[in-house]
Amino acid sequence: MNLIRIAFKALQRNKLRAFLTMLGIIIGVAAVIAMVAIGEGSKQSIQSQLSSMGSNMITILPSSNVSGGVRIEGASFQSLTIEDVRAIENNAEYVSEVSPVSSTKGQAIFGALNWPTSLQGVGPAYFDIRKLVVQDGVSFSEADVATSAKVCVLGQTVINNLFPSGESPVGKVIRLNSIPLQVIGTLAAKGQSSFGQDQDDIILTPYTTVQKRILATNYFQSIYASAINEGASAQATEEIISILRETHRLRPTDENNFQVRTMEELIKTLGSTSSLLTILLTAIAGISLVIGGIGIMNIMYVSVTERTKEIGLRMSIGARGIDILLQFLVEAIIISITGGIIGVILGITSAKVITLTLGWPTLVSESSIVLSFMVCAFTGVFFGYYPAQAASRLDPIEALRYE
Amino acid sequence: MNNKILELQEIRREFVMGTEVVRALKGVSFDVHAGEFVTIMGSSGSGKTTLLNLLGCLDKPTSGNYLLDNVNVKELSRNELARLRNHKIGFVFQSYNLLPRTSALENVELPLFYNPSLSTHERKERAVKALQSVKLGDRLDHMPNQLSGGQQQRVAIARALVNQPVMILADEATGNLDTRTSYEIMMLMQELNQQEGKTIVFVTHEPDIAAFSSRTVMLRDGKVVKDSINENIRSAKEALAALPAADDY
Repeated sequence: MNLIRIAFKALQRNKLRAFLTMLGIIIGVAAVIAMVAIGEGSKQSIQSQLSSMGSNMITILPSSNVSGGVRIEGASFQSLTIEDVRAIENNAEYVSEVSPVSSTKGQAIFGALNWPTSLQGVGPAYFDIRKLVVQDGVSFSEADVATSAKVCVLGQTVINNLFPSGESPVGKVIRLNSIPLQVIGTLAAKGQSSFGQDQDDIILTPYTTVQKRILATNYFQSIYASAINEGASAQATEEIISILRETHRLRPTDENNFQVRTMEELIKTLGSTSSLLTILLTAIAGISLVIGGIGIMNIMYVSVTERTKEIGLRMSIGARGIDILLQFLVEAIIISITGGIIGVILGITSAKVITLTLGWPTLVSESSIVLSFMVCAFTGVFFGYYPAQAASRLDPIEALRYE
Repeated sequence: MNNKILELQEIRREFVMGTEVVRALKGVSFDVHAGEFVTIMGSSGSGKTTLLNLLGCLDKPTSGNYLLDNVNVKELSRNELARLRNHKIGFVFQSYNLLPRTSALENVELPLFYNPSLSTHERKERAVKALQSVKLGDRLDHMPNQLSGGQQQRVAIARALVNQPVMILADEATGNLDTRTSYEIMMLMQELNQQEGKTIVFVTHEPDIAAFSSRTVMLRDGKVVKDSINENIRSAKEALAALPAADDY
């Protein structure tokens, strides 16, 4: 207790220098926290973008398969049926929603305008799986699916091209490949996908409508499903594989005649990229923290030299070597910890300021606060120890005579 | 009055300077009893400083025994010496050695910080008392640079007194002061010695100062050449009164 008081008083005697020494630590800690906040923030924003795409999304595609020695292209291979969809719907525990997709290309016509687009026949669950939001009107229901209703939901690109005057398309009837479809809803814009596809150039309709009225087929091009959460993607994938193997009546030796893909790979890749960014920023900030520590060491050495006489006096009035050592050590620790606290506050503030002024997403993580604080306390001990030890080993006689 | 505070038996101290051996003390023996006011005199190079360092437990003799309050210093470790200095010796230096930018009170408190048995309250109380005993009770919060040389030295004396040592060890304590202030300091020393029975060992090279003490030990070339009781102690108070009035400023 006395030691802290002694050290504190010694620091008070030279406030400016103590503050300047602290500045190194303050900047170091603030840099670590702000940099990690920027790194983590961008990581999180990438992840939230991904989950807005539906990062727990699972895609099931028919697979290329060998038929009489000839490999047939997957998409043209017909293996996915409504039975598969029902089986997944009923049996898979890790799958929350499932929707078949039966798509085709076509020319959408309204009045004098026309637009080539893709028509996707889907189930009602598709909206949730792809995180599609209906902006105006409604999406179609199971009843529409059951009756192969001639209804559709339009994407923004289609709307822009067929309804350029800005009138609401809801309630209008468009034609696609000579089939009239009533527009019952519009989709909110989604923009481009990360692969550069226009996700708004789309017309959604019940899959039965596409299957029966346009393609005249019982098969699907793909099935979309979503896992109950992002972490469950792997289990959901396994479940789907085993269910589909059963419904397709594959023997254990047979290859899958379908393939199951998740977004996990993509998330991992993007996540690791931004982790790398975080590590890089942290390393730079860490270096500045070490430099701050060297600053402490430097000042403590100067301080020991400058205060040689004081050390001699303290020894002559009864300070032991350990008292002197602890005094200088505690001074160094007080500098680094006070600097650390100010640095934490400054780091959090600057992260907030960056978000407010530059609009960059930042996320102040508790671990970065704890870590940088620990590092700076350690810095204080580490870089304060040697000067303190040097002070404690002074000969009181010589120290007293030192001018 | 007959208990021995200091006992020096054939003290020798040698320094090795390169290849040469410098013998600073060549067998010094004398005792100091409680309540004595001893001045140690000698010219430069007489071994005075070496002896002072030994007496102050800052150094250990090469041979011979030094007993401080019946403790043989030779057998003590560095830390035990520090404790001994803290408890039994009050240093007063020529250059005061006060901590800058630190109030008189805090300077006096300093030795008590190294005495863990005291509470904050006791520490402050004792420091205030020590400052009052050197007549600086009204200067508690003054910084050293706000005090005159004589006042600074009195703060240093208060600091020496605060831990209630068995001996005050003064090293040329008046060396930096003018005659009037020197006499004031000597008056204070005499009061401490005569009224409170403090044992004082005062190292000086000024015969003038030695006249105020009760005994003088003369050193020359590392040996005691004269050890005489001063029958006719000069009173610092009277000497001060005899000085011409300070009318030159």
